[in-house]
Amino acid sequence: MTAYVWTWIAIIAAGVLAWAIKYAGHSVPESWLENPRVHRIAGYVTIALLAALAAVQTFTAKGDVVLDSRLAAIAVAAVLLWRKAPFLVVVLAAAVVAAGLRLMGLP
Amino acid sequence: MSVATGAYAVSFGALSVAAGLDMWQTMALSLLVFSGGSQFAFVGVIAAGGANVAAIATSTFLGLRNGFYGVGLAPVLRPLRGPRKVVAAQLTIDESTAVSLAQPPDDVPARREGFWWTGIGVYVLWNAITVVGALLGSRIGDPSQWGLDAAAAAAFLALVWPRLITRRAQAVFAASAILALALTPVLPAGLPVLSAALVAIIAGWPTPKPSEAVPE
Repeated sequence: MTAYVWTWIAIIAAGVLAWAIKYAGHSVPESWLENPRVHRIAGYVTIALLAALAAVQTFTAKGDVVLDSRLAAIAVAAVLLWRKAPFLVVVLAAAVVAAGLRLMGLP
Repeated sequence: MSVATGAYAVSFGALSVAAGLDMWQTMALSLLVFSGGSQFAFVGVIAAGGANVAAIATSTFLGLRNGFYGVGLAPVLRPLRGPRKVVAAQLTIDESTAVSLAQPPDDVPARREGFWWTGIGVYVLWNAITVVGALLGSRIGDPSQWGLDAAAAAAFLALVWPRLITRRAQAVFAASAILALALTPVLPAGLPVLSAALVAIIAGWPTPKPSEAVPE
């Protein structure tokens, strides 16, 4: 099978799993998930994965840790988030900073 | 709420196309997965050259919280069965749960309406605006020239930011970022991100002091 078909299979699998988790939540007796440890870990999984995704998306390229224009972009994004700027402003500002620095010849 | 949803959806559509997915695949992700964080993660792992299995796993782990939302919503939406339950499950996301549970606890009809109207509204908006984002993304040549890679990084940071309210949450954030970077040169793409789940297990295992709040 081609890579294109495999991507489709992955998308459908991710969709089915996403729905199945939601459905299971509506179906299990409440007592099953009352375990506070399970609750805590689930909350931290969201933070851990998003943090790792942000770090990898900012500081890596082709399997190596690199520093480039994205560093300045994420710094600007962090300041804007701290100032409670809306999502679109944060994302656009990061894109503009990185695009601008690259226009000036930086990596 | 709708402005924020639209902004997420435009960014997702554009980033998904920049990651190499076509417009139909991008639309399928929004229709089927319907959970912003999971969808951003899926295309993020693919864009970094990760395997499909890693993309599925990261997306699924990020969707775990929706399962817990379902547990919290079940008493509000009961009785729920058949096709109605199938649809309710798909609409169980951050926004619909937040609006529903923000209504007074004794006003079950308001909680129910909050869930359904928010869920349906966000679903329609999210999918319609994903198409707009995908169209925008497909008109762009080199994604990095437009700073789209930096935009994706900022999107992840923006998604996690409101959750960093406790010291422990901030420590999980820092440790996960460092671990993923440290493992990047040694593991195949996709796995460094997944390995951050270990940090979550270590942080969540011990019973916290009563004074310490825990993220939902």
